[in-house]
Amino acid sequence: MASKLCTYLKASVVKKQVMAVTGLLLCGFLVSHLIGNCLIYVGSDAFNTYAHALTSNKLIYVAEAILAAIFFTHIGLAIKLTVENKKARPVQYYMKQKTGRGATFASSTMPYTGMLILVFLIIHLINFKFGPVYMTQIDGIEVRDLHKTVVLYFQSPLNVLWYVIAMIALGIHVSHGFWSAFQSLGFSHPKYNCGLKLISKLFAVVIALGYIALPIYCYLLGGK
Amino acid sequence: MSSDNLMTLNLKIWRQQNSKDSGKIQDYVLEGVSPDSSFLEMLDQLNEKLIAEGIDPVSFDHDCREGICGMCSLMINGQAHGPERETTTCQLHMRKFNDGDTVVIEPFRARAFPVLKDLMVDRGAFDEIIAAGGFTNVNTGNAPDANSILIPQSDAELAMDAAACIGCGACVASCKNASAMLFVSAKVSQLALLPQGQVEADQRVQNMVAKMDELGFGNCTNEAECEASCPKGISISNIARMNRDYLSAAVKSKAEPKA
Ligand code: HEM
Ligand code: FES
Repeated sequence: MASKLCTYLKASVVKKQVMAVTGLLLCGFLVSHLIGNCLIYVGSDAFNTYAHALTSNKLIYVAEAILAAIFFTHIGLAIKLTVENKKARPVQYYMKQKTGRGATFASSTMPYTGMLILVFLIIHLINFKFGPVYMTQIDGIEVRDLHKTVVLYFQSPLNVLWYVIAMIALGIHVSHGFWSAFQSLGFSHPKYNCGLKLISKLFAVVIALGYIALPIYCYLLGGK
Repeated sequence: MSSDNLMTLNLKIWRQQNSKDSGKIQDYVLEGVSPDSSFLEMLDQLNEKLIAEGIDPVSFDHDCREGICGMCSLMINGQAHGPERETTTCQLHMRKFNDGDTVVIEPFRARAFPVLKDLMVDRGAFDEIIAAGGFTNVNTGNAPDANSILIPQSDAELAMDAAACIGCGACVASCKNASAMLFVSAKVSQLALLPQGQVEADQRVQNMVAKMDELGFGNCTNEAECEASCPKGISISNIARMNRDYLSAAVKSKAEPKA
């Protein structure tokens, strides 16, 4: 039984399908994270209360473990697939030209945008999750002032710039990835193919702009 | 043939003694190329010149020279079967080039397609994939009654579109991952879409994918360069169909891929 499962997991088609499912789950994570971020526009108390509610719930460890597993699977398979793909053509072409009708900038840079997201992710965790801790009082309860951590971080234009660049890379990754995941899972029909490609691009724009708005807002907010 | 519009071409051609040789690009100047000749006729002309000079002629694959057998190949200026859309190398004409052009000619490259000599590659890997399941077992004997098996027109059309694949390998050659997904999915689809192909459908898709992986083709990254360079315009919707057929076979079928 276990060996049968292994046979399937080794198949190229299935590896891509696992990439697709983990990628789509990460897209779901992006949406929920973005909605949480939006509380920053409501005010520091709303933002801090939300952050406190998340981190004080024991279930957060389960959620974090699942999220980490999804990331590691996605990244691990990305590396495996990319290495296999490089091996499939040991001698390179003297001259190679794209047709202009197939590959896009987004599709041909998936491993690079992916790598940039990974670097961003690590820095992001260091800066915020494991970043400087300030405390504040909300309704008499002592909670972490994550709002202050975030706003202070984005006082540096360099930090804002890096964040914006990383989110553009994320948008590019997802603009191909979202549609690609459906293709890998076998969704393709003249009825909705165009729609799916459009939704993929729209989703990417919403995600990228949604995330980019936050550091700019914090920068403009100043040290308050 | 008027002689006033003959072209001179600077050819950069991959020369490789045999599969063990490392090979290199060699420069040739070819004068007097008619714009009306086909790309392969241009290579014939070069070879006649080389033979006259006592030089080993350039080996390249070809057979029907009318765009139906899939034997011709070649990367021409970095594109499989050259710059023209839905056109095999044998159907590409020299009028697509200009006097004085540099033309780079290389073999299709993939781990699974070893170069035998110069521009000739061994595409036997495709035959192995077909042998792994790209067929139907049918009873021989009397021809069945016409229309005894009903097939919706739309399915017949899709199956015919998939069956247009001539197995040339341009999809593999143009894919940045040297993936054979377009070829395999066309060969899976042409049977999966028809009632006659249903009996072995689950077994077929699993075995053909397993063979494809074993032979060292890359994984698909859904870039669609294959579709764009396919001389028969095979659609990547076939790849999606194979992906879902594989998934459903893996989940529900008693048939398992041959180890
Ligand atoms: C929140 C972050 C991420 C999201 C939402 C995401 C989403 C996706 C999606 C939906 C796909 C398409 C899957 C398919 O074609 O079937 C994909 C592919 C890919 N991802 Fe990500 N990804 C993320 C992070 C990463 C990271 C950190 C890396 C690498 C270090 C990475 C590397 C790749 C690569 C290389 C592919 C292409 C795989 C292939 O086509 O074979 N991704 N991603
Ligand atoms: S030689 Fe037959 S297709 Fe080109």
